[in-house]
Amino acid sequence: MAQSEQEILAGLAEIVNEETGLETDSVQPDKSFTEDLDIDSLSMMTIVVNAEEKFGVRIPDDEVKNLSTVKDAVSFIHSAQG
Amino acid sequence: MLLEGKKLLVTGVLMDSSIAFHVAKLAQEQGAEVVLSSFGRTMKITSTIAKRLPSPAPVIELDVTDQEHLDTLAARLGEHVDGLDGVLHSIGFAPQGAFSFLDASWEDVATAMQASAYSLKALAVAALPLMEEGGSLVGLTFDAKFAWPVYDWMGVAKAAFESTSRYLARDLGPKGIRCNLVSAGPIGTTAAKSIPGFEQLAGSWDDRAPLGWDRADPVPAARACAALLSDWFPATTGEIVHVDGGVHAMGQ
Repeated sequence: MAQSEQEILAGLAEIVNEETGLETDSVQPDKSFTEDLDIDSLSMMTIVVNAEEKFGVRIPDDEVKNLSTVKDAVSFIHSAQG
Repeated sequence: MLLEGKKLLVTGVLMDSSIAFHVAKLAQEQGAEVVLSSFGRTMKITSTIAKRLPSPAPVIELDVTDQEHLDTLAARLGEHVDGLDGVLHSIGFAPQGAFSFLDASWEDVATAMQASAYSLKALAVAALPLMEEGGSLVGLTFDAKFAWPVYDWMGVAKAAFESTSRYLARDLGPKGIRCNLVSAGPIGTTAAKSIPGFEQLAGSWDDRAPLGWDRADPVPAARACAALLSDWFPATTGEIVHVDGGVHAMGQ
């Protein structure tokens, strides 16, 4: 069941908020997970695992390093839902 | 089934690529009841990953360097199982500084030693009250007979770990508890990838292994762990089983 990129962004923002306490509004497509949102590798793993559960996709370890911005993650999840 | 009715504590499940995840999965498929442990910020990840097992497993908190966690382990495990037949130790940690042999500080080395070697003894003693009818401890090592590229003080810690296993075999044998290790070839888990220069370490393993080696496949190592946790090695303790495609037996 594919979701729109907007729906995925909203869902991802909730996951980031749960893990880091950051306001969901601050999770914008152009933000970098590490540089803008200050998310470390362990938090990123938590976010990835929770995103896999929430969106019903698999995000391989080797793919995670390519997801530098929120938009990268949204696009990957969107295409993985195909 | 290999592990019918066995009650096992499996430490070290982080992601579903973890060797320990595959041990837990195989163990459940072979009839075991499994409790997982995790600690600190990784608790949330382990709890999510635990739901991907054939049967969702409870997760208890255990930092093997925290004496209070160790002291209360048996009581907390007792809420889930009425005894233990086996424990998988799949725990190791070294600060980045420990991966630079000549520059490493004692603090870095001490941390690696406590978390990666002494922890086997600490975990065994903590689990002992639940193992009155004997059992099996299994740990994971990376062949400590050799100096490897980049592994550095983690390699020294593994040498201590292997020795710790032999002393546990000596002291726990009279209680009917076996202690054995699986020495696996390089496997691309989250833990392995966190070692700076893992690629260099994994290097030409596949070329050197008579059986070949697939670093993406944790199942062979997991199967060996399951076998050692079972009743099929009843007279084996203080042993290291190599699951490395045969590399340990080859000259260059």
